[in-house]
Amino acid sequence: MADSKQFAEAVARRVNGPRRPRPLIEMQGIRKSYYIGQPNELEILHGIDLKVYPGEFVAIVGESGSGKSTLMNIIGVLDKPTQGTYILDGVNIHEARDNQLAAIRNQKIGFVFQTYNLIGRQSALKNVELPMLYAGVPGGERARRAKEWLTRVGMGERMRHQPNELSGGQKQRVAIARAMVNEPALILADEPTGALDSETSRVVMDLFHEMHERYHKTIVLITHNPALAQECQRVLTLKDGRIVDERKGGGARGAL
Amino acid sequence: MGLSNILENVIMALTSLKSNKMRSLLTMLGIIIGIAAVIAIETVGGSLTGSVTDSMSGMGVGNITVGLTQKSSDDTSGTSAGVTLRRFMDNTPGAEDLISDEMIGEFEETFADKIDRVELTREAGTATIDKYGDPDTTISATLTGTTPETLQNLEEDTPILAGRWLTDADEGKYLCVVSEKFVQQAIGTTNADAVGARVVLTVNGNPCAFYVAGVYKYVENEYASLFGAQDDDSIQTTIYIPLETARVLTGADEGYQNITVVTATGVDVTSFVDVVGDYFASYYTRNDTWTASASSISSLVESMTEMLDTISLGISAIAAISLLVGGIGVMNIMTVSVTERTREIGTRKALGAPSSAIRLQFITESIVLCVIGGIIGVILGVSMGSWLSSLIGFAAKPSISAIVIAVGFSMGIGVFFGYYPANKAAKLDPIDALRYE
Repeated sequence: MADSKQFAEAVARRVNGPRRPRPLIEMQGIRKSYYIGQPNELEILHGIDLKVYPGEFVAIVGESGSGKSTLMNIIGVLDKPTQGTYILDGVNIHEARDNQLAAIRNQKIGFVFQTYNLIGRQSALKNVELPMLYAGVPGGERARRAKEWLTRVGMGERMRHQPNELSGGQKQRVAIARAMVNEPALILADEPTGALDSETSRVVMDLFHEMHERYHKTIVLITHNPALAQECQRVLTLKDGRIVDERKGGGARGAL
Repeated sequence: MGLSNILENVIMALTSLKSNKMRSLLTMLGIIIGIAAVIAIETVGGSLTGSVTDSMSGMGVGNITVGLTQKSSDDTSGTSAGVTLRRFMDNTPGAEDLISDEMIGEFEETFADKIDRVELTREAGTATIDKYGDPDTTISATLTGTTPETLQNLEEDTPILAGRWLTDADEGKYLCVVSEKFVQQAIGTTNADAVGARVVLTVNGNPCAFYVAGVYKYVENEYASLFGAQDDDSIQTTIYIPLETARVLTGADEGYQNITVVTATGVDVTSFVDVVGDYFASYYTRNDTWTASASSISSLVESMTEMLDTISLGISAIAAISLLVGGIGVMNIMTVSVTERTREIGTRKALGAPSSAIRLQFITESIVLCVIGGIIGVILGVSMGSWLSSLIGFAAKPSISAIVIAVGFSMGIGVFFGYYPANKAAKLDPIDALRYE
């Protein structure tokens, strides 16, 4: 039995090349329509096929109106596709109910938004603790891990500060710590440098590279900035709801 | 949801309320006023009831008064024709209508184990006398005829200072027992010298001479001061005279319009009243116009308490309206809060908050808001109630149960009026919420 299984695997390796791990994101024929059944029914995504493997740093670029926000919402399981299958880390999203989707977002995805979206009137520490609160991590452990991640993003000195006492770059660093703290499989960043000047953007991008290289995180970066996308390993171009181009990124930093 | 998460929610709620201090306070106002009113009313009501019960028990809670009352027009007992007209015309009972000594004797025999004694008194009107050393001023006193047995029981509250109380041997004689105040005002001697003195009282316009048999201690009626300060001259004390003497003075028939039954200790007065009433009424089944009925201070206290309870209930209803309005205010402000924090809700959902967590967060905030309002209301109500009952003059005791109910009720308001906005927050679509400007 064991021998025949090993043999079969060996054959498969020969045929398919080196065995690749299971994709983290596996999308097939994803379509998304709005106003379904109404005269102004509108299809935004026209069948997206996408595979992202663990440890990849992928950029999705596109003009505004290309459907990249819609795609991001679907990747981030904030929204369900109208058609097609989406399997995230082995979980079929179609079968998940609202509470399960919340748990998936909590456990598997770390969001970084253009507008930081830190909770006002709560310290950086409390903000970073938030995903763990919803994961049911006990209080002491929450504080310990939140401090650890704030220190890793260089915000160890300012963890008692409230968001309105922090600069944009500092806020985004807190947001990255918050995205990382539950050790998610995927970091989903939506225009993370969109509201920052180029110098701060550099710092934030370097932080993403660090998360990728040092902590081996899978990162999907959504941007309209081609130079920024060029830093990633793989660049997908979205246009009118279709992936029109896929190429390897340069990986060179300093695009900004 | 563990305890720490609930604590986390409470801290979150406090942070949020603290950042909008003025708004939170204004929102709480309805709850504060409502709860404060309920607690204050409760305290004042308790104080009033206590004060009433207290003053009435001084008058004898164990006493049952049996008195003649006119039969009502729909009472079909009685025999003669033209009863209704006679009832209408006849408003003083005749000699044959009064409670007789025989009735009392039979009553005392029947209920020997239930009653302590029967007190008989007969009011002989107001007697006047010139003030000592000042003939232009007159002093008045209440002339009460009573039995020696009744007088003996006064000894406890108003002890005799000189001389003696009246005895059976004094029956029909013109002897009296007066208060020390009366001695000071009308006789002008020491208490000891007043014994044996002759006083001429004007009773119903006729002068009438009495000899003083004893002087009793004057005790100021503490409730008299409620009706304004009195000067010494206007203080009216009671002059006790023998029962028969009083009857002769007034020219009244034998028998009594009222008698007081003092129950033995341990008798349930409230139920015994009806027995006594029925017993005496049975003598009057054939009487056309009159019957006897019994009442007691306890039943009076009961009806007073009932009345106070009704008033409390009425004011509580008004307070309930204030709480309702307050609750709607909470709902309004929570709805505003949810709208203001749409992005926050979106973010929380993106970070993996299930709908139930969002709902709990906002309900907690609403509860915290209401409970803080409730606690402020309780503090305000207790201090207001204590102040008011100090005015009434009876120590207030705000009941713990009322406070617990008040705080619990405000918590209930929080849940009830917080549910709709919280549910609205929980149902927000994360994408729309994140995009909200």
